[in-house]
Amino acid sequence: MRIVGLETEYGITDPADPRANPILLSSRLVNACREWAGEKTTRWDYGGEDPLMDQRGVRRPRTHVIPELLTDAHEFNAAANSVTLRRRRGSWEDPAHLNAVLTNGARFYVDHAHPEYSGPEVSNARDAVIWDRAGDAIALAAAGEYARIEDAQVALYKNNVDGKGASYGTHENFLIRRDVDFDVLAARLTPHLVTRQIYTGAGRVGLGVRGEEPGFQISQRADYMETEVGLETTLRRPIVNSRDEPHADRSRWRRLHIIIGDATTFDVATFMKLGTTSLVLSAIEADDQRLAALTLAEPVGDVQRVSRDLTLREHLNLADGSVATALEIQRAVLEIARDYVADAVDAQVVGRWESLLERLARDVFETAREIEWVAKLQLLGRMRGKYGTDGREAPWDDPRIVASDIVWSQLGMGLAARLDAAGQVERIATDEEVAAAIEHAPQDTRARVRGAVVANLPDIVDAAGWSTIVLDREANHGHLEVVHLDEPASASHPLIDELLRG
Amino acid sequence: MPQQNINQDSFDDDVPEELPPPAAAAASTDALDALLDEIDGNLQVNAEQFVRSFVQKGGQ
Repeated sequence: MRIVGLETEYGITDPADPRANPILLSSRLVNACREWAGEKTTRWDYGGEDPLMDQRGVRRPRTHVIPELLTDAHEFNAAANSVTLRRRRGSWEDPAHLNAVLTNGARFYVDHAHPEYSGPEVSNARDAVIWDRAGDAIALAAAGEYARIEDAQVALYKNNVDGKGASYGTHENFLIRRDVDFDVLAARLTPHLVTRQIYTGAGRVGLGVRGEEPGFQISQRADYMETEVGLETTLRRPIVNSRDEPHADRSRWRRLHIIIGDATTFDVATFMKLGTTSLVLSAIEADDQRLAALTLAEPVGDVQRVSRDLTLREHLNLADGSVATALEIQRAVLEIARDYVADAVDAQVVGRWESLLERLARDVFETAREIEWVAKLQLLGRMRGKYGTDGREAPWDDPRIVASDIVWSQLGMGLAARLDAAGQVERIATDEEVAAAIEHAPQDTRARVRGAVVANLPDIVDAAGWSTIVLDREANHGHLEVVHLDEPASASHPLIDELLRG
Repeated sequence: MPQQNINQDSFDDDVPEELPPPAAAAASTDALDALLDEIDGNLQVNAEQFVRSFVQKGGQ
């Protein structure tokens, strides 16, 4: 078991007004999400965030960062006990940073110029798929409510690029032990992050940050990775992000924040993205020396090299002077990961991993029901044939092909959703599980506490964060009470449980 | 969850021939064509304009 979480920034447009302000659209969508949630929602607690702390042990001076990194508010709350008091302040909410904390433990909010769903903490990759799909369903429900309130439509896309130079992220979070040396972790995890895209990639039409060169590549994000390790997420994007903001007991835990991954609409891609990386982290926590042998000579360049090699045959240079293909590196990582299988979900991950690599090596199209870039390549390849002239396929920059890449990821009616509806996509999460996860939080993490409070005690909740719940109720001291949830795997809190019992 | 019991050898580049091709790939042909027909009308009308107007701000 490892606590993991997934965040998705959706692309957003008003189909009738392409120039509509995306911050305004996002803010109205979050407002619609609150309307959809009715009483059962609360706002975000910005009290305890520390976005300028670097995993490498230094805190960046506030004057040395771009303003987007300053997400913490006026208070840094270093709590000693599990309940502390907080002075009341005004309750003004910035409409550009509107939030909805939901009964399933998730946060739906405006991040930069996108609506974002940050799923609840879950204990395994399978649950991550279930609550990720629930997020798509919640975003669609919010869009439905938006149409009713605003008398206008909003379209949402689960992708990472607009083809004009902009990229927005899908972030994975993994809880890891604090005593793991961060530089060692970054070095040993990098070969996996660079090569896992051969089964986690969502596929992209266009090469280069603006799609300036026609073509197809495996990953949405590859062209936007510029450095190996770093604090930023919106520029100079790193393969391994070093923000040290554990949202948990800092003495025990790190939260590893991974920004290289694609947004995925295929269950298997999401499952493998989280499941394989979690196992590699177990190997790193165990100080497994075998990972060091896979160190790449040029990891940043290799991200793009792997993404553009649809044959999966290109050799990457390793630091020790040898060469290996992405498939060979993945086979080696799999062999190491096999030794860290700890539960049934891990075993499913390893079984699928083995099977996918074997079929990718034989014929990538054998994986078209599971691997998103392969499914996209198959469908768009057929489309190129259909729209070709004079016996030649239509070029990759044919607007119909480029448009189809965008429409692929549209929530509700996109091409991936239609393939799924036609039974062409292998599922990990059932529709019933997803429907339940729209309303209910995971029961084996602290998300259970957050979700239960929002569902059952909305009148006395002032705000909630990842590691805090702020209560506003009659008390002699007259202050707000901050309930601290510093152990992500702890699914109860004595005060909250008492209040829930009524 | 298909968990094939594949031995180490099958990771080699020359894969044994007895491994059967998956039925799924062939079965999907009709579904793909049906989907392409379904979206054909929309694409013919406004693909270029749609692509041009899909502009997002950068995020994380």
